[in-house]
Amino acid sequence: MSLLSVRDLCVRLGGRVVLEGVDLRVEPGEIVTIVGPNGSGKSTLLRAILGAVPHQRGEVRLRPGLGVGYVPQSLAIDPTLPMTAARFLSLPRRVPAAETEAALARAGVAGLGPVQLGALSGGQLQRVLLARALLGEPELLILDEPTAGLDQPGTAAFYRQIEAVRAATGAAVLMVSHELHVVMAASDRVVCLNGHVCCEGRPEHVASAPEYRALFGTGTGGALALYRHDHDHAHDHGHGHGHGPHHHDHAHAPEGRG
Amino acid sequence: MGLESFLVRAALAGVGVALAAAPLGCFVVWRRMAYFGDATAHATILGVALALALDLPVFAGALVVALGMAAFVSGLGGRGHAADTLLGVAAHSALAFGLVAVSFLPAVRIDPMAYLFGDILAVSRADLVVIWGGGALAAGLVLWRWNAALTATLGPDLARASGIDPVRERLVLTLALALVVAVAIKVVGALLIAALLIIPAAAARPFAATPERMATLAALIGAASALGGVGAAWRLDTPAGPTIVAVAACLFALSIGAAAVVRR
Repeated sequence: MSLLSVRDLCVRLGGRVVLEGVDLRVEPGEIVTIVGPNGSGKSTLLRAILGAVPHQRGEVRLRPGLGVGYVPQSLAIDPTLPMTAARFLSLPRRVPAAETEAALARAGVAGLGPVQLGALSGGQLQRVLLARALLGEPELLILDEPTAGLDQPGTAAFYRQIEAVRAATGAAVLMVSHELHVVMAASDRVVCLNGHVCCEGRPEHVASAPEYRALFGTGTGGALALYRHDHDHAHDHGHGHGHGPHHHDHAHAPEGRG
Repeated sequence: MGLESFLVRAALAGVGVALAAAPLGCFVVWRRMAYFGDATAHATILGVALALALDLPVFAGALVVALGMAAFVSGLGGRGHAADTLLGVAAHSALAFGLVAVSFLPAVRIDPMAYLFGDILAVSRADLVVIWGGGALAAGLVLWRWNAALTATLGPDLARASGIDPVRERLVLTLALALVVAVAIKVVGALLIAALLIIPAAAARPFAATPERMATLAALIGAASALGGVGAAWRLDTPAGPTIVAVAACLFALSIGAAAVVRR
């Protein structure tokens, strides 16, 4: 039986249809990633699954007794609120210190228990959030753009951590991401969302699907297209208009760029 | 006997309010509800005036208006700037109407200063029962919901994923706030209640590593301010409510200074 099955889900927020006829299943032990442009309803879908937004039609069914761990996009901690990582893991239920330590270790931040949340780096904070989600040994982890504030190496390291957690605990993972290039490597299945499910399947299948290309650009894959786009931008900034015509794909590096 | 007993009653009243205000004050600081606390407190003057006009207990009048403000703000549902403006309109209108209403009452029956700045030296035995009873109820509410409200403070979705309704937690906190405001009006007065919520919590912050430690320290600082304030007011013949807040402010300055020295 699926851990999670979403059938014909429709969500309207403030009169706007955000999700229309969405179907989604998560099987035990698999990593499913939802990709989609801004405003495509990725986060709304996760929040509907968590019961944080009501849906107008369809159903969200979690396997009875399913343990769910949730990792939010980030945590806005007011500087007036003192909170150690260990205390945070004991919210809302008290957890024995040994379990707290084990969860922090599994998330790759062993020994950070006594440190204030506000003193952690972005990557460490995401791992502490992951550690909290791992308490109670959930069978399903739900992550909402967990690497939104991280740089590229930090993002890659975080997804490796997710795979390590899955390998160690067998937990299924459902996450939202827009780090397309990393997603392609780390997922068993990708769901491309834009209000409805455009296409889904194995990463290489989705990357070559026309629906996906329509959203994320054409070329040899969405990720590469994005890279090229970024490169062009940097290039244009590096040159004034007095340089004369040149080809973007030439490998000449202007002075001051590495 | 007379002298001693009214000072003892004043000290007990001050300490009671400080203990009730400490855990709630921490949430007021963490959730940035300071303005809401202030607005609710100011509005209770209208409740005081109505209670006096209708010959009802002042505590009841203040509580009804404070609860009304809480319900009003909960109905606004945190709708950003507009909510802020509406809150300001409601609070100051209630304060203004309250002061106007007071002027219609026979002058012998009410001194508005007593409710604006408190009249802790006139606290009776019955007042003490109301203060400690209401304060215990407010503190009990906050401590009962402590972990759930903390989770909701960190993030609504985080709370929902743990099976906690953040709207309900906010409602519990506003309820506790209404209670504290109603019992504190006799002690520090409508204008300075918010100070008793915020200043001890802020003074406790530099020396707290966990939320629990911050609430405990805030209770100690609040109680010390109440005792020191009542003592100083007696000796210097100053108004007791403002003196309590002034002592708390001095403790806050000490705390910030000490924290700066320790960090160096």
